[in-house]
Amino acid sequence: MSYVLTDSAALFGRHLTHFKRLPQQLISVTLMPIMFVFLFGYLFGSSMVVPDGKYLDYIMAGILAQMMLANAINTGVGVADDLNNGLVDRFRSLPMTQFSVLLGRTAADLVLNIIALLFMVLVGLLMGWRPHGSALSTIGGVALLLLLGYTMTWLGCLIGLTLRHPQVINSVAMAVTMPLAFLSAGFFPINNLPGWVSAIASWNPVSAIVTGVRELWGNPVGYGDDPSWPLRHPVPVSLITLIVLLLIIVPLATRAYRSAAAKTT
Amino acid sequence: MEYAISVEGLRKRYGEREVLSGVSLSVAAGSVFGLLGPNGAGKTTIVRTLATLLDIEEGKATVAGFDVARQGAEVRKRIGLTGQYAAVDARLTGRENLVLLGTLAHLGRQRARQRAEELLEVFDLQEAANRLVGTYSGGMRRRLDLGASLIAEPEVIFLDEPTTGLDLISRTALWNMVRTQAEAGVTVLLTTQYLEEADQLADRVAVIDQGQVMAEGTPTELKNKVGGERLEITVETAELAQRALVPLAAVGVAAPIVDSTGLRISVALDAGTGGIADAATGLQRAGIAVADFSVRRPSLDDVFLQLTGHRTEDTTVAAAGRTER
Repeated sequence: MSYVLTDSAALFGRHLTHFKRLPQQLISVTLMPIMFVFLFGYLFGSSMVVPDGKYLDYIMAGILAQMMLANAINTGVGVADDLNNGLVDRFRSLPMTQFSVLLGRTAADLVLNIIALLFMVLVGLLMGWRPHGSALSTIGGVALLLLLGYTMTWLGCLIGLTLRHPQVINSVAMAVTMPLAFLSAGFFPINNLPGWVSAIASWNPVSAIVTGVRELWGNPVGYGDDPSWPLRHPVPVSLITLIVLLLIIVPLATRAYRSAAAKTT
Repeated sequence: MEYAISVEGLRKRYGEREVLSGVSLSVAAGSVFGLLGPNGAGKTTIVRTLATLLDIEEGKATVAGFDVARQGAEVRKRIGLTGQYAAVDARLTGRENLVLLGTLAHLGRQRARQRAEELLEVFDLQEAANRLVGTYSGGMRRRLDLGASLIAEPEVIFLDEPTTGLDLISRTALWNMVRTQAEAGVTVLLTTQYLEEADQLADRVAVIDQGQVMAEGTPTELKNKVGGERLEITVETAELAQRALVPLAAVGVAAPIVDSTGLRISVALDAGTGGIADAATGLQRAGIAVADFSVRRPSLDDVFLQLTGHRTEDTTVAAAGRTER
């Protein structure tokens, strides 16, 4: 049983070494979010209106949530890479615990996410974003984003192991995460949207997550007078949704690992 | 005799296609066993099944005394696998790769490091040990890959087409490694498309085609199946080659075969030397000028041709309707 830990630690080390060798990875992860902070928060911010505060304060949670969603692509491509170059075969022929292959990778991606989030928090502070909650609840907001990122790395494992081809993984992961990011309260208040779109957006888990983060950071929530039920209880709804998703995705990804390795001819 | 690998009635299908149609094999402990066959014959599927990567649908297999289907964990402790790709991490150094795999093989940190150094030395990678594998040549990668499969000092090693795409030096290094392992009592199962390789390395060979074992035995036994010496003649034109078939058929034990150039004919002769003289006389009487006339011992290629109707590699044969690759 202790092998789960030592095997995962060995693979965790492998991914951290990759990261140390290629710190530019941090740029590829944070480049888009930096552009978004600059374009939306700074340039267009003056023409965007949110009910109870600055647009930059509003949009930070949305931009960071989108950065977490993008984990599905990065992890998916990485997992498929190991599968296609035969490393997964080698792992499978070793007496190691196979679950560690995914556990080690997702743990390493979590570390990358922590670094990327701290970096983006600095960028946001430089651009004028300010959290207004307590230190503890600010950290709580970061933790909620990390839980989203962690769920997405597992989704990436599932997508990567099922689809195998980097191009396809890219398109599918985009097709899943883009509507989640933009058909939500991530970038603009959803009560201005037409009725049915607004209904979809308000039940999109990403809306609850960004609203929860905004609440924890004391940033404008922007949902007006009559928020939908998930937005009225954003933190518990987010936590429950993400934990349930993890409970579904982790076993599916583990199974996909087993059958993906067996499928290679 | 003690068998390190035994396979009985192994079947496997991918959807409609049956890739293994009842394969049975026995490999003696400490021997080198060659699986010889063209692409798509099912060699890789056999190896992957024995290395516990594929589920067994029908049949039974044991490796190092453990049931592959039910005692996979025990099997994995005792095997080393080198697949068709060099399965190493390009973004780690050679040393890091070996230490990582040693750790995952549960050697313990200290032993993993020690073992990595030993293997770097054996495979002549000491100087490149701290370089990223991404900068290695194909041959170096392959050597590292082989080292990785030996990290836990396995009882049985599987080599799936280990020399495909290798330069001559790396191929020689690999052959030496196989011989060294066998001398040390390790059982080696290797697959190859190259008859020469099977002939050079293997104590016993199974010829595999379309998911079945067509023949099994020592290289010498297999050669004897094809009969005695083979006469090969080369003529100037395809028309002459066709005419030469008649006198040659009269002296051969099997029908003569024209190769893909249409100019070279080979025919298996009866034991004894009378056949050679008869063939020469027959050709002369028919007025056929022969450009080249040679006699040679049968090769495994002849065995393959005889058993399957086609050669192991791309060369097409007049008699064979199937091409590989």
